[in-house]
Amino acid sequence: MIDVQNLTRKFGEFVAVHDISFQVERGEIFAFLGPNGAGKTTTIKILTTLLPPTSGQVRIDGLDPTREPTAVRQRIGIVFQDPSLDQNLSAWENLDLHGALYHVPRKVRRERMQRLLELFGLWERRDELVKQYSGGMMRRLEIARGLLHTPRILFLDEPTLGLDPQSRNQLWTHVKQLNQDEGVTVFLTTHYMDEADRVAGRIAVIDHGRIVSLGTSAELKAQTGSATLEEAFLALTGTAIREEVADASDQMRRAARAWRGR
Amino acid sequence: MGAIYVLWLRELKRYARSRVQVVASLGQPLLYLIALGYGLSPVFRRGGEGNYLEFVAPGVIAMTVLFSSLFSGIQLIWDRQFGFLKETLVAPVPRLHIMIGRTCGAASTALIQGLLVAAVAVVAGFRPAAASGLPLAFAFLALIAVVFTAVGTTVGSTLRDMQGFQMVMNLLVMPIFFLSSALFPLDHLPGFLVVLTRIDPLTYGVDGLRGALIARGHFSAVLDLAVMGVLAVALTALGAWRFARIEV
Repeated sequence: MIDVQNLTRKFGEFVAVHDISFQVERGEIFAFLGPNGAGKTTTIKILTTLLPPTSGQVRIDGLDPTREPTAVRQRIGIVFQDPSLDQNLSAWENLDLHGALYHVPRKVRRERMQRLLELFGLWERRDELVKQYSGGMMRRLEIARGLLHTPRILFLDEPTLGLDPQSRNQLWTHVKQLNQDEGVTVFLTTHYMDEADRVAGRIAVIDHGRIVSLGTSAELKAQTGSATLEEAFLALTGTAIREEVADASDQMRRAARAWRGR
Repeated sequence: MGAIYVLWLRELKRYARSRVQVVASLGQPLLYLIALGYGLSPVFRRGGEGNYLEFVAPGVIAMTVLFSSLFSGIQLIWDRQFGFLKETLVAPVPRLHIMIGRTCGAASTALIQGLLVAAVAVVAGFRPAAASGLPLAFAFLALIAVVFTAVGTTVGSTLRDMQGFQMVMNLLVMPIFFLSSALFPLDHLPGFLVVLTRIDPLTYGVDGLRGALIARGHFSAVLDLAVMGVLAVALTALGAWRFARIEV
């Protein structure tokens, strides 16, 4: 379903993704783990047509994201690392806009919207503006939105960041259910090892832009002689804390949060 | 086409929901109309130019459209920082449609804002010369909205942060407004001001508007229309080009 061969992405001199290759099978749940700045988000951006690769080959359901972005976009659903809802629209309006952008026929759209809002426990509050939602509700709404156009592949980039354990649990339960019932392929990144351990079939550990290990959770543990996935992860990527520079967006988001009094 | 419509609708909904801002934003133009329109009217009349309120009202209406369409670029930066832009850019829709939808939405709200100020001006005592000029006046307002929304989109697509946008806007907005024909007649100006007013796009928009509303255009309506029309197309193309290069 996802086929990546020798993918490299450079930003000037900096190599964000260095010659990585992997395949994700249809119906698989595949986790991408790595410290901050390892290249996870860059890889997701390339797979989801937002960024062209510097070199290498990418196929999403047999299609090249650079040459056929529209066809690829129709097949994928994305839940971004940071929120991407319009806070001044209601949940219903956010979904309706998304459905229109993805060419979901109006009648089908309405039915699916109702089903997804009910599934994610948001139906009662569908007409409230999203800015009145809690962090967990926004996340659920984003996931519901990502599923509205029945994607074949769902990309989840750190979907549980900042969620309480209840919402996290609910989210993964839904994702697993979707994967089992509708055969949706899932590609996820997370910092929480227990989540990857729980939901992912195979796990790739990426560091400094390279895949340092790839296999099932049991294989990774066995390879490093660790008892838990967390230990295996630290054994593979070291214990040094990664430096990251905040860009303009991060600074703005922080300022806006302070401004809204959170 | 569906994408253009839904993105246009989104801008209108957001506008309709910001009632407090809408009402608050009528204050400044009202002040201009009262302080300048009534305050300078005696001097203007003594200079043999007639009623200044009548003269300045089209300028103030155009100013409103200028401000709100230029600052639509902020919404673009805002949407980019808060992720909504990304949601639209990964949709299976050509980027040009997204840009057009956003531009139409922003231009429409700027136009509505201009019509509200026109209503305020009528309350303040402004009277258009003839109803037959109103369609043409509307066309000029729409052109001003499109031209400066395109400028806002160009700047908003190029800059990443709010502070930079504010800085560029401050460098643009005030000169565009003050060096146009919004506040003073174009006759008998010193040479340098003749040059400056003629390279300011807003001059042609205001002049066309004034011609349509009170039959006091300096240039012919055809020239005003031609300049604004060409600028609308060229700047929208520039905005689309910059928008196509946004990386999120």
